[in-house]
Amino acid sequence: FDVAVIRMNDPNSKVNTLSVRMQNEIIEVFNEVLANDAVQSAVLISSKPGCFIAGADINMIQACNTSEEVTKLSQEGQKMFERIEKSPKPIVAAINGSCLGGGLEFAIACQYRVATKSKKTVLGTPEVMLGLLPGAGGTQRLPKMVGIPGAFDMMLTGRNIKADKAKKMGLVHQLVDPLGPGLKSPEERTIEYLEEVAIQCARGIVHKKILLTKKKGMMQKVQDYVMGIAFVRQQIYKNVNGKVMKMSKGLYPAPLKIIESVKAGLEQGPDSGYLAEAQNFGKLAMTSESNALIGLYHGQVACKKNRFGVPERPVKNLAILGAGLMGAGIAQVTVDKGIHTVLKDTTVEGLSRGQQQVYKGLNDKIKKKAITSFERDSTLSSLTGQLDYSGFEKADMVIEAVFEDINIKHRVIKEVEAVIPPHCIFATNTSALPIKDIAAASMRPEKVIGMHYFSPVDKMQLLEIITTDKTSKDTTASAVAVGLKQGKVIIVVGDGPGFYTTRCLAPMLAEAVRVLQEGVNPKKLDALTTGFGFPVGAATLADEVGIDVAAHVAEDLGKAFGSRFGGGNVDVLKTMVERGFKGRKSGKGCYVYTPGLKSKDVNPDIDDLLEKFKLTPNPSVSSDSDVQYRLVSRFVNEAVMCLQEGILNGPVEGDIGAVFGLGFPPCLGGPFRFVDTFGADKLVAKMRRYEEVYGNHFTPCQLLLDHAKDSNKRFHK
Amino acid sequence: MRQSLWRGYCVTFRLFSNHRVYGCSLQPVGQNYWITALPTLLIWTTLFVLTDKMASMLMNSLRCCPPVNPAWAVQYATRSLSTSVQLHAQVQTKSKKTLAKPGVKNIVLVEGVRTPFLLSGTTYADLMPHDLARAALQGLLHKTSLPKDAVDYIIYGTVIQEVKTSNVAREASLGAGFSDKIPSHTVTMACISSNVAMTTGVGLITAGQCDTIVAGGVEFMSDVPIRHSRKMRKTMLALNRAKTLGQRLSLIGSIRMAHLTPELPAVAEFSTAETMGHSADRLAAAFGVTRLEQDEFALRSHTLAKQAQDAGLLSDVISFKVPGRDTVAKDNGIRPSSMEQLAKLKPAFIKPHGTVTAANSSFLTDGASAVLIMSEEKALAMGYKPKAYLRDFVFVSQDPKDQLLLGPAYGTPKVLARAGLTMDDIDVFEFHEAFAGQIMANLKALDSDWFAQTYMGRKVKVGAPAMEKFNLWGGSLSLGHPFGATGCRLVTTVAHRLLKEGGQYGLVAACAAGGQVTHYTNTSSYFNVMDRKVILPVCVSGPCDGDRSIPPVEQDSGRTEMMQEKTVYAYTQSGVTPTLSDCTY
Repeated sequence: FDVAVIRMNDPNSKVNTLSVRMQNEIIEVFNEVLANDAVQSAVLISSKPGCFIAGADINMIQACNTSEEVTKLSQEGQKMFERIEKSPKPIVAAINGSCLGGGLEFAIACQYRVATKSKKTVLGTPEVMLGLLPGAGGTQRLPKMVGIPGAFDMMLTGRNIKADKAKKMGLVHQLVDPLGPGLKSPEERTIEYLEEVAIQCARGIVHKKILLTKKKGMMQKVQDYVMGIAFVRQQIYKNVNGKVMKMSKGLYPAPLKIIESVKAGLEQGPDSGYLAEAQNFGKLAMTSESNALIGLYHGQVACKKNRFGVPERPVKNLAILGAGLMGAGIAQVTVDKGIHTVLKDTTVEGLSRGQQQVYKGLNDKIKKKAITSFERDSTLSSLTGQLDYSGFEKADMVIEAVFEDINIKHRVIKEVEAVIPPHCIFATNTSALPIKDIAAASMRPEKVIGMHYFSPVDKMQLLEIITTDKTSKDTTASAVAVGLKQGKVIIVVGDGPGFYTTRCLAPMLAEAVRVLQEGVNPKKLDALTTGFGFPVGAATLADEVGIDVAAHVAEDLGKAFGSRFGGGNVDVLKTMVERGFKGRKSGKGCYVYTPGLKSKDVNPDIDDLLEKFKLTPNPSVSSDSDVQYRLVSRFVNEAVMCLQEGILNGPVEGDIGAVFGLGFPPCLGGPFRFVDTFGADKLVAKMRRYEEVYGNHFTPCQLLLDHAKDSNKRFHK
Repeated sequence: MRQSLWRGYCVTFRLFSNHRVYGCSLQPVGQNYWITALPTLLIWTTLFVLTDKMASMLMNSLRCCPPVNPAWAVQYATRSLSTSVQLHAQVQTKSKKTLAKPGVKNIVLVEGVRTPFLLSGTTYADLMPHDLARAALQGLLHKTSLPKDAVDYIIYGTVIQEVKTSNVAREASLGAGFSDKIPSHTVTMACISSNVAMTTGVGLITAGQCDTIVAGGVEFMSDVPIRHSRKMRKTMLALNRAKTLGQRLSLIGSIRMAHLTPELPAVAEFSTAETMGHSADRLAAAFGVTRLEQDEFALRSHTLAKQAQDAGLLSDVISFKVPGRDTVAKDNGIRPSSMEQLAKLKPAFIKPHGTVTAANSSFLTDGASAVLIMSEEKALAMGYKPKAYLRDFVFVSQDPKDQLLLGPAYGTPKVLARAGLTMDDIDVFEFHEAFAGQIMANLKALDSDWFAQTYMGRKVKVGAPAMEKFNLWGGSLSLGHPFGATGCRLVTTVAHRLLKEGGQYGLVAACAAGGQVTHYTNTSSYFNVMDRKVILPVCVSGPCDGDRSIPPVEQDSGRTEMMQEKTVYAYTQSGVTPTLSDCTY
């Protein structure tokens, strides 16, 4: 009876979050622990499998209207954890599952931490990804616990740390292995076992068998000594600051505030440290960047759900046509999800290239220790490479990723429909061809759907699913279910040329070409776009997508939408393709790519090529800022038009699609949130100015005009 | 039926294991640890039936004969002349089935021997694996007076292979003086390698290929193959092919210090990268097996082994004059200690809170074993008095990560079902003790309805074996565990215990690395009548479970079964070789 076990379990949710109510209850229980003389130590554990505490309750922060309120919240958290830290009775945090944000801050306030080695056990401070900072003592305790560099790494990247790594870093003291089947279910017994071990630890601490002050090793002593030198610390701050500025272009305030808070604590003592943390937390919570990032977080959660319900039959056998970059990429994200995958190509060379891509993708995971070589082998056993249609009679879904040519697609759909069973879904991976045109060749258009993956498939989180008016609801549900299994964030959009994402990108690329024609060199163009917050510059993006693809899309969409999609001359792209500048895949595009080299130089041949198509810039709309807004406003206007035309289901999916698929600046939260924050009227005013020079390329759509007229109209409440 | 038997074997060949143990037992010096890395977890259960009391025979004959054939009754009665009435009564309470199957030859264990099992690095240290195997084979020859050309086939099991003698069966049999005309091969399946050797032999006899088989196993952990690193090997092989001095020099020049690091045999399960001791510790925790329970079981094993050794019960051990050293006649790993001493040891794998220690794990061992297996017909014809029937066996396998050592729990119910027996019918249990925690976990799994329902698809548990029937002469924890050789030790021990204790059925189970489990159920029922030379299958008829094609009529007695079998032949004639049952009794 000497060890009190505190079990946390939020009955209303799948995960535990630090809400006001939970905080109050914890304080109550903690007071009891302190007051009860029979209790000498305590164990803090969650009864939920897979979750310790997933973080602080975001709604609690969003409910605040002023930064002072948020600062107060932070200070309350700080106070509570300070009491835990100074508790005369040792408290052992027993961690199984996610221990993030406020959860981690809680855990590191405890005297001792035991964690399971389960794959679900992750520790981290993801606040920075929401534009916030660890506001309950995290910026003060972490540097002491894992060292200054380690703490910055955790807080500035927000990445998840697995149990093994956490032990090495000194974030947890002891690890417990997850258990297999026994006399209870593995999850249940693992939690019980964790609790038993944690209780042993608690007793050990009380009986001085476990010492809380660890003997420092030589390395540790040296490191501490070095960190004790003020000059070294200053260098670190400077260095980190420089890196952050380089990465964020100063568009994200949170990382800078984190550095500031850590610095305050280390240089001016804990009192000012905690104060700086609370005040900065309050300030950050009120920034538009934080608002945008939190919006994206909610949107992402929403886009990880299947709003079309459970499909009638789950996809167990998936066939992919075309083993190119896309096809093999789709295979790679499918085959390790327990779906038997067939990869079909027409040539042995194409097929083996694709198989090698899948193999390499899995092999790289071994190098990162995410999987073992055995897991790679057994995963690959569910991949079949073939050149014919054998086995397609068992396929539940076929995804074609063949060349973007309507005639080829028609031929393929006919060939496939001759061999697949009646329930099988035919998904087409295209970035621009309207699905209904492809479905025109189908005998059963209700089973035809578009699944637009983004390259590289294993890295890009977005999947754009396109339904025609004939696509059945079950087909959509099934496609979404497969996409979710593949780990994708999914938006479901209506059919039309370019759907949503390609359609937004096309006018921006057209504008980018015009900018190039006006004499801005690719490096400068990249700097302008990344300076606005795009993770990849427009010229680099074109190279990544492929100049040939861009030309193709520009031409197709130009035809479909008419002069509105004009801007740069399509012939620029076409000439580039003719001369073999197809982008990264051909080694040359806007830039020259040398294998093995990370840095890239501007393609020298592109200058004379652009010279041929040279346009004279109009100085009134050619300042750096104007170039940026010309690019962005066309993007945003097209996005709003997609909502207006019903291609988009709502602004949330529009924001998610733009950010996760096209790299729209996350700090702006997506085109719709950008309109809300920036002001539709201001945007329209800018566009009108460009319209005068360039004509209908910049004509704002009706919905945007409506929002400009009425400032109460907002896309996000 | 024959097919189903073969299906069992097929499983076995999938397994492979590198087994390593840093060995140590209870020496206070305490550097003995088990570190096993077995890719496959195998369990092997053998069900033996041995009734060597005449009583049971009498009972059976009395029970079955009269209604069927008076002549049989007379015959039995005469043979069981000396049986007393009490014995009769006692036997009656047991299920008196024979586990003979129509159309399948009766296969008998004639004799089993083993070298003393020694801690690695002790007296055997300078030998090679085939030396040990040879000693076991010679011991078998000596004990059985078997003519050296009377064997049809020799099969050995081993885990860590000495590369010079990769077919150790052949090298050992030639060295032991067997005729060079006898084919021999080596099998491997982690800790149940010699079980595979035996079941392979059983298969050969059943298939009509052979009548006389020597099966055995050997493991030699005092020396293991340590290789150059892959890069170094590559350079050395390229050096072989290099034609000019320049090529050679450039290859030699490419060698770096790091390439010189040797490669030890894998310590971890290949598929999961987890060591076996680690897995055992997790298994014990999953079943809530405490450190105390494990230490108690380890102490029990050593205590019982010591008693058995002192009482001379371990009669399968032959003495072996080690060249250049003394003659060895006893296992040297048996060290009964005290609970206090056991409690002092620190966990060997999961630190600091684990429960598996060097003392409650089996230790690295050198040793070899051998058994003589024959068709009953042949054994009798050669004048042998077999010790037991080998009746049935099962190999099972499961998840190599979380259920690595849980094979016995899965295999035992299966093999019992195949034989139509229950836990209570079994008189002698011999389970391989890899770790005390593993044994306790398996016993708990067998005794759990929840586990049976959730993981085995059974309605109810089969129950745990009674401890007063369980590993009464020690086990791998105390006697030692030369991976490849343990299976034969278990089978021989069951036969000897059945004879000694007067039981009818025995069951052997062993787990092996890799998440596979082979369950060998040998049910053998033996009966010595009058002159103690004649052996009769006692009785009969299991309930037909699915894969048996026998009509359910034969539910009653041995006598009927005989008749029945003949009938069955009439129905299923298709080229079945006549078996002993067709011959006279």
